[in-house]
Amino acid sequence: MRFDAHVEVRLRPGIADPESATIERALPALGFDDVSSMSTGRSFRFAIEADDEDSAAERARELATALLANPVMEDVSTTVEPGRD
Amino acid sequence: MAQKAGVVVFPGTNCEHDVAGALRLVGAEPIFLWHGEATVRGVDVVVLPGGFAHGDYLRPGAIARFSPVMEAVAAFAASGGPVVGICNGFQVLTEAGLLPGALQKNRTLRFMCTTVDLVVTSDRSALTAGVPAGTTLRIPVNNFDGSYVCDDRVLDELRAEERIVLRYQENPNGSVDDIAAICNAGRNVVGLMPHPERASSKLIGSDDGLVLLRALLAARIG
Repeated sequence: MRFDAHVEVRLRPGIADPESATIERALPALGFDDVSSMSTGRSFRFAIEADDEDSAAERARELATALLANPVMEDVSTTVEPGRD
Repeated sequence: MAQKAGVVVFPGTNCEHDVAGALRLVGAEPIFLWHGEATVRGVDVVVLPGGFAHGDYLRPGAIARFSPVMEAVAAFAASGGPVVGICNGFQVLTEAGLLPGALQKNRTLRFMCTTVDLVVTSDRSALTAGVPAGTTLRIPVNNFDGSYVCDDRVLDELRAEERIVLRYQENPNGSVDDIAAICNAGRNVVGLMPHPERASSKLIGSDDGLVLLRALLAARIG
């Protein structure tokens, strides 16, 4: 079966995130005084062949931790759902 | 006979000729090692030069660690062979797990190209053997992802085992503990963000980099 996977990679808490800090500093000038705790990351989407949803999720997590994220500084979250053709 | 210094070339590496030139200046014979070949061809030392291996796509060094040559580099390192990663080469070594920690975007969010003062903080590494701690070296840095980061446990270990090899005199990029270079537990694998090959002649500002490259070649003999 084909599943659609979505992996989100974000900097771990405590790791300096100058990009998000810079975005946040720009917000008041645009009138977004009510926004805080900005964090940026990367998002990966791919299709995966697996027997069931659990094994698709497991494979996606393997790929995420082996390559898509650097565990020293990044966390991952992974979701899979049945593929939409 | 001149020592053979392997210079690893990935697609996107761009400092290999500068490194080869500087290695010649200190009496070594550079041998280019193409990333697709799983061998270091019997060289005495291995240098991973700077650049943008595999375009630095995903993260610097993230794809390069899967190049066939890296298995050979890891085996060479495991046998005690001296391995030095410069800039992108440092990033590759951390991604490959040959050195702990990671390099993240400079705190300034700027590509940084300048010359900095470095302090030798340990003379117990393949790159600094015989260079007394406290020696100041003036060497260029040239990177975007040059800010060293690691967890507290690794940092404690690096400090306790004197594996922080070079520190910035004035931290340019937010590196943890002013770290410019570290080595592995065996002290034969060293990664540094500054470019010693670009400080290879007084004519271009400094020849302090040769101090390190000489130490590297001596490491194999000693």
